[in-house]
Amino acid sequence: MSAQRPARGNSARKNALLFAAVAVLFIGTGFVQSWNSSLGILNMALISAIMALGVNLQWGYAGLFNIGVMGFVALGGLAVVITSSVPLQDAWRAGGPGIVLSLVLGAATIGAAIVVYQKLSRGRLRGVVVLAVLVLGFVIYRAVFDPAASAVEANSPHNAGNIGGFGLPVLLSWPMGGVFAAVAAWAIGKTALGLRSDYLAIATLGIAEIIISVMKNEDWLARGVKNLISLPRPVPYEVNLQKDPGFLAWATDWSLDPVTTSSIIVKLSYAGLFGAVLLVVVVLSELALKSPWGRMMRAIRDNEVAAEAMGKDVTRRHLQIFILGSAVIGVAGAMMTTLDGQLTPGTYQPLRFTFLIWVMVIVGGSGNNWGSVLGGFLIWWLWVMVEPIGLLLMDGITAGLADGSALKVHLQDAAAHMRLLTMGVILLFVLRFSPKGLIPEK
Amino acid sequence: MDFLNAIITFANFVFIPGLAYGAQLALGALGVTLIYGILRFSNFAHGDTMAFGTMVTILVTWALQSVGISFGVLPTALLALPVGIVVTALFVLGTDRLVYRFYRKQKAAPAILVIVSLGVMFIMNGIVRFIIGVDEQNFADGGRFLITAGEFKTATGLAEGLAIKTTQGITLISAVIVCAALFWFLNKTRTGKSMRAFSDNEDLALLSGINPERVVQVTWIITAGLATIAGVLYGLDKSFKAFTYFQLLLPIFAAAIVGGLGNPLGAIAGGFVIAFSEVTVTYAWKKVLTYALPDSLAPEGLIQLMSTDYKIAVSFTILIIVLLFMPTGLFKGKSV
Repeated sequence: MSAQRPARGNSARKNALLFAAVAVLFIGTGFVQSWNSSLGILNMALISAIMALGVNLQWGYAGLFNIGVMGFVALGGLAVVITSSVPLQDAWRAGGPGIVLSLVLGAATIGAAIVVYQKLSRGRLRGVVVLAVLVLGFVIYRAVFDPAASAVEANSPHNAGNIGGFGLPVLLSWPMGGVFAAVAAWAIGKTALGLRSDYLAIATLGIAEIIISVMKNEDWLARGVKNLISLPRPVPYEVNLQKDPGFLAWATDWSLDPVTTSSIIVKLSYAGLFGAVLLVVVVLSELALKSPWGRMMRAIRDNEVAAEAMGKDVTRRHLQIFILGSAVIGVAGAMMTTLDGQLTPGTYQPLRFTFLIWVMVIVGGSGNNWGSVLGGFLIWWLWVMVEPIGLLLMDGITAGLADGSALKVHLQDAAAHMRLLTMGVILLFVLRFSPKGLIPEK
Repeated sequence: MDFLNAIITFANFVFIPGLAYGAQLALGALGVTLIYGILRFSNFAHGDTMAFGTMVTILVTWALQSVGISFGVLPTALLALPVGIVVTALFVLGTDRLVYRFYRKQKAAPAILVIVSLGVMFIMNGIVRFIIGVDEQNFADGGRFLITAGEFKTATGLAEGLAIKTTQGITLISAVIVCAALFWFLNKTRTGKSMRAFSDNEDLALLSGINPERVVQVTWIITAGLATIAGVLYGLDKSFKAFTYFQLLLPIFAAAIVGGLGNPLGAIAGGFVIAFSEVTVTYAWKKVLTYALPDSLAPEGLIQLMSTDYKIAVSFTILIIVLLFMPTGLFKGKSV
């Protein structure tokens, strides 16, 4: 809101330049390294940009401090497994209904406890009854759940042991990822959104850790840390392309190496799919931001008391945007698991899946969707490239040391950890010298 | 006899481990709560401050060991601890000077300070991984046990043994000393009183001539000391791994909030509440109950409420319950 705001055309030119600069990074990687790796980075950058848009919805539009991004990403991944992995009839017959029943019973217990809490008047009786309902419900839940889960896990544990999926097309799992994340966000939002900003942060951090530990330990769900591999793909397999006579003829026509070309084509098709989703999310977010709803959100963010006085239901709006943002993150999580072709709960780490996304949003410019997209591309490129660059740097620094000296080996190993340091330095520099980010909110 | 056996089993697997873990959490939570009380933000870099201090201590321990210095039955790390505290204190004072002070002068919103602390967390985490790597480091030496299970059994003639690790004993004793020293400092010394005054009412404290920068510096130094001690004790008791210290952040925050953010006494109580809840909920009670109950009632299953992998869910649940039903914590914290 400063008086000397740059003219609109000026800032548009600056933004175009910033995007062009990031494009140069990716094209440069294509020329210097290989197009294969450049496209590989681009695909994850597209997904990261969508995650950053989700965080931007929550933080940039509404000032909600969610550091449980990792949990929603993982739920999106789980949605892929449930929606599209092969159905396992035996496993379902062994324990499916039991598990569903127990989960319903568990939810009913919590619901009953809430009802009792609301109906009874304050006092010792209420506490005792609520506790009794919870304990009884927990015992019944375990009694139904335990045998069913072990029955599912006993079903050929070496290659399955999970409940299986619905075998639906994998593209359908992307919206399902959004739904999964939205349901979780509703439950979290209902309990934690009334809290102050840093409490919400700690609550979301905790939920994310719990979601990951459930996915690691509940083998019946998606095989836990045994990982679930060979999920279906929305694009052709490289090997099949290489056997396809039409493709081979086309490749020889253009005198291209069929192996490299097939992998580039697969990556390009992914990029097309991800790009389309990104475009939809950006356009919808921009429309929402410019609508009366978006203005109301920003009004609430900037002055909650005033907005409440104007008759806006702050809690409901917060819940709404918390669910929306989490759903966007869930979609991106499903896309990522589809790209990987496997669900590996052991690899979800908060530094990579929560805080890195936050760096993207802050560096890009909180409150600005294009900023989040730019931040997603730039930071993801850096995250990947800092390691080889750091290694080069370390080679330079240690060139004078004798080969095999302990210090040299240590320094070269340590180059792998340069990325955290770099991200921290970038975040602090942006916060200090350009707190509105590369593309500030208008 | 069976009843005694039940008590010993309980003490061996629940009470003593819970006590040591609770003391470690309490020391961590004290640091979080002090920063919140004086600087008024939740410091997400605290887990990594613990890791940093422990790393320095480990490096000094190795240096001492390599020149043949040891501390008898006690771990050498205790000799290295003061160096670890000094280096960590210098480091956090440096980050305060370079990073936090700018936002303090600006009177930035707490959420911004939290994001800034995330940046500091990244850097500290990077430095720790850079210097010591991500592998597990065991640096406990000296005597392993105060009493081993076997000795206890022969001494008492009971069927169940009670083992007390040296590190558990050290943890408890140092926690008591540190807490006593801290409360003496906060309640009896001039600097400590000015810290409490600053925490209670900043404007009034400034009017009465308290130098805010000095209060902040002393707070950082104390926090560095608490974080390093907590980290080294945890590392001695379990083992050092850069990543586990980040995961301690949740139980530590839970402890500080359950006790009431900004309230040191609450932080200690919160640490033990969280630790004992985690241990009791994830412990398989079969053995204790078999001893304690008559034969006809002896349980068949493990009687484990939740698997140990879910202990994080326990601290989280307690945190949420406290936040929903008594938002200022068990002891009155300052947060609303």
